[in-house]
Amino acid sequence: MGGYVVRRLVQMVPVFIGATLLIFLMVNVMGDPVAGLCGDRQCDPATAAQLRKEFGLDKPVWQQYLTYMANLFTGDFGTAFNGQEVTELMSTAFPVTIRLTVVAIVFQVVIGISLGVVTGLRRGRPVDTGVLLLTLVVISVPTFVTGLLLQLLLGVEWGWIRPSVSPDAPFGELIVPGLVLASVSLAYVTRLTRTSIAENRTSDYVRTAVAKGLPRRRVVTRHLLRNSLIPVVTFIGADIGFLMGGAIVTERIFNIHGVGYQLYQGILRQNTQTVVGFVTVLVLVFLLCNLVVDLLYAVLDPRIRYA
Amino acid sequence: MRGATHARWAACAMAVALATTACGGGGDTTGAGGAVLSSSWTDPQNPLEPANTNEVQGGKVLNMIFRGLKQYDPRTGEAEDVLAERIETTNSRNYTITVKDGWTFSNGEKVTARSFVDAWNYGASLKNNQKNAYFFGYIAGYDQVHPEQGEQRAATMSGLKVVDERTFTVALSQKFSSFPDTLGYNAFVPLPRAFFDDHAAWLSKPVGNGPYTVQSYTKGSEMQLARWGGYPGEDAARNDGVTLKVYTDNNTAYTDLMAGNLDLVDDVPAQQLKNVRGDLGDRYLNTPAGIIQTLSFPHYDKEWTKAGSVKVRQGLSRAIDRDQITRTIFQGTRTPATDWTSPVLGAEGGYKAGLCGQWCEYDAAAAKKLIAEGGGLPGGQVKITYNADTGSHKLWVDAVCNSINNALDNDRACVGNPIGTFADFRSKSTTQKLSGPFRAGWQMDYPLPQNFLQPLYYTNASSNDGKWSNEEFDKLIDRANAETDVAKAVQTFQQAEEVVRDNMASIPLWYQNGSAGWSDRLSNVALNPFSVPVYNEIKVG
Repeated sequence: MGGYVVRRLVQMVPVFIGATLLIFLMVNVMGDPVAGLCGDRQCDPATAAQLRKEFGLDKPVWQQYLTYMANLFTGDFGTAFNGQEVTELMSTAFPVTIRLTVVAIVFQVVIGISLGVVTGLRRGRPVDTGVLLLTLVVISVPTFVTGLLLQLLLGVEWGWIRPSVSPDAPFGELIVPGLVLASVSLAYVTRLTRTSIAENRTSDYVRTAVAKGLPRRRVVTRHLLRNSLIPVVTFIGADIGFLMGGAIVTERIFNIHGVGYQLYQGILRQNTQTVVGFVTVLVLVFLLCNLVVDLLYAVLDPRIRYA
Repeated sequence: MRGATHARWAACAMAVALATTACGGGGDTTGAGGAVLSSSWTDPQNPLEPANTNEVQGGKVLNMIFRGLKQYDPRTGEAEDVLAERIETTNSRNYTITVKDGWTFSNGEKVTARSFVDAWNYGASLKNNQKNAYFFGYIAGYDQVHPEQGEQRAATMSGLKVVDERTFTVALSQKFSSFPDTLGYNAFVPLPRAFFDDHAAWLSKPVGNGPYTVQSYTKGSEMQLARWGGYPGEDAARNDGVTLKVYTDNNTAYTDLMAGNLDLVDDVPAQQLKNVRGDLGDRYLNTPAGIIQTLSFPHYDKEWTKAGSVKVRQGLSRAIDRDQITRTIFQGTRTPATDWTSPVLGAEGGYKAGLCGQWCEYDAAAAKKLIAEGGGLPGGQVKITYNADTGSHKLWVDAVCNSINNALDNDRACVGNPIGTFADFRSKSTTQKLSGPFRAGWQMDYPLPQNFLQPLYYTNASSNDGKWSNEEFDKLIDRANAETDVAKAVQTFQQAEEVVRDNMASIPLWYQNGSAGWSDRLSNVALNPFSVPVYNEIKVG
C-alpha cells in the first residue's frame, strides 16, 4: 500500500509540470498584459518597460517559467497587478470556495445517494420515474439559469435569502449557492447510485446476505451500498476538483469572492501571476483528489487492496 | 403595479438590512450608525495611489478621501479652488501656488506646500511605476525624472520649488494656460508623510484630507469609509459614511438593490435598462458623462492615407445611423455625438453641439456617393476591431456594421473583428497592428477641451493610437495652450477640432451617459462629470 502511494505521488510530478507549463504558455499567448493595464490609453513606454521588468515579463517565456517554478518551491507565487501577493489572494479565496465545495458535496452525498438508493430499490415505481424526470430537468437546465432563477425568487421576490453572499461567506449563506453548484452533479450521483444499486440488488452476495437472515437495513447499508458506491465515489472525487474550478458561474451570480472570482478577474485583467498560481493549486487539488479516490477503492473493496 | 410591489419588498428587506448593519457596523467613530449607505464597487485594478489610479473605481475612493488644489463642480464641471488660495502667473508658464491655511490630513498632519511637491515628485518618478506619471509631463525637469528611455537622471523635478510653508512655484516646460484647471485631477492631490514613511501600511489603509476617512479596507471585498468630523472644507459629508461593496457582476448588485441589501448602484446593467424605470421610478439617473466613443483609423496604413480616404471616412460616418443605434441597442444611455468633446464641458467650456455638421448625420445615399468618390472601401471591406471580453461591444459593432451594410447595399461592406481580451486588443492597437477601423473610447481626465483633443490627435501623443498627424492641428493646439484668455483658448481649440472634422481623423459615435439607481433611503443623489456619484452630498433617511 505504501509503495503504491509513493508511486502515485511520483507520477504526479510530470503531470504537474506539464499542466503548469501549458497554462503558462496559454496565458502568454493572450498578449502583452501591460498593454491593458493603462486602460483606454497607452502606458507611457518608460513606465510600461519598468512594469514589464518588475513582473519579469521582459524575459523569454521559458526563463519566466523556470523562475516561476523556482519561486514556487519557496512558496512565492508572485504578485498580482494590484500589488497584492498571490498567496494573500489565495488565503482569502480558497477557504470560501472550499466551504462552498463542502456544501455542494454534502448535498451530493446526502440527497444524491439517498435518492439513488430509494429509486434503485424501487425501480419502475412512480417514485423512480418521478426522480428520473426531475434529474433529467436538472441536468438539462444550465447552472446559470437555475442560479439566477433561485436568486430572483428566493432573494428578491420572497426575501428568504440575501441575493448576494457577504465577504465572510459563512456556511448559512452558502446553502443556496452550494445547492446550485451541486445541482447537475447531484443529478448524476442520483442516477449513478440508482443504476449501481439496481444492478447489485440481484447479485449473489446480496442474496446470500438476505438468506443468512440479516435485517434488511444491514443488507442495504453494509452489503449493497458499500459495493454500489465505488462508481459514485469515483465520480464525487473527480468532481471536487471540478467544482472548485468550475464555480466561476455560481460565484459570479451570488457575488462570492472565491477561487472562481479571482480566476475570472485574473483572466479578464490578464494577470499571469494570479491565473497561473490559482490553476497550479487547482491542478494539485485535482491530483490529490484522484489519489484519494484510488485509495478509497481499496477501503471499499478489499479485493482491490490485495490485488 | 410592478414598481409598487418591488418598493414594498425593498422596504421590508431594508428593515432587515438596517438591523444587520446596526449589529455588524461596530467601530463607527461618528456613532450615528444609521446614516451609512452602501454602494456597489469593483476591485481597483491598481494599488490605491493617487498617481497610479487611472480607472473610475479607484478614482471614486480617492475622490472621497482626498481634496486637491481644485475640484470640478459636480454640475458645471468647472474647476473651483479648494486648497488653493491663489494660483498666479504672468506668462502661463511660471505659476506661484499658495495653499490655504488650516487644512490637515485626517491623521492631524498639516497640509503644506511640501505635501504637494513631494507627492508630485513621487508621482512623476520613473522608479515608482506610477501609471499617471505623464500628468506631470508639463512640469520642467520631468524628462529627467521620467526619461523616455534609460535610467532616471534626477530624483526630483527642477520645476517644483517650495518657497515657504504655504507657497510653492511650478515652472512648466511650455506655455499651458489651462494648467491650473488640470489640478483638480486626482493625480495632483497632496500626500501625508505617512505615505512615504510606511508605504505598505498606507496602502492597506489610505490616509487623506477629504471629507471621508478609511475605516477598514478588505482588499477585494469591502471598504468602509466614515465621515471625517474634523474636515475643514465646505463640502463636508451629509451622511455618516459609505460602505463600498465589491461586486463581481453589476447584475448581482442590481439584484441586491432590488432586494434591499444595497443602497446605490452606479452602473445599471444593460440587461436591466428595460425594467429600470418600472423598478425604480425616479430613483434612477441617466446623464451624459465625460466619455466619448469613436471609431479610430489606422493612419499609419497606406490604404487609409491615400487620396480620397477622407471621403471614405466621411462616407462611413454618414452611413452610421447613430439615433437608431443609441435608441435600440443602448436604450437611450448614449447620446449621438455631434462633435469630438462631450456635453459635460458646457458651451462655454468648449463643447460645440453640431460641430460635426452633416458628416455625423445619417444619409445612406450621400454615404454611398462619398465612398464611391473616395475610391471605395480599402480591399472592398472594412473590419471593425473590438475586444469581446467586456463591455458588450459586439452588440453595437454589429449594429454599426449593419447600418453601413444597409446604407451601401452591400452585405459584405462591414464586418466585426472581435479580439479575445482587452489587453490583446490594446497591444494590437497601440503597436499599430490593425488594418481597419477600431473602437476607441475616451474618458476625460479633467473637463477641458484640451483633454479631448491633444492626447488623441496631436502628433505622437500618448493616446494617438491611429498615428494621425496634422501640422495645422498641432499648431492650433500649441496656440490654444499658450492663450491666456479662456474664451479665446476655447475658440482656438474648436478651430483645431474643425481640422479633425475636415480630415475625419476619427468618427465620433456617441457620448456615454453615467447611470445610477438607488433605494428609497437615499436622496440628493447626483453624478459628477466623471459619472461617479457625489457621495458627500447624498442624504440618508
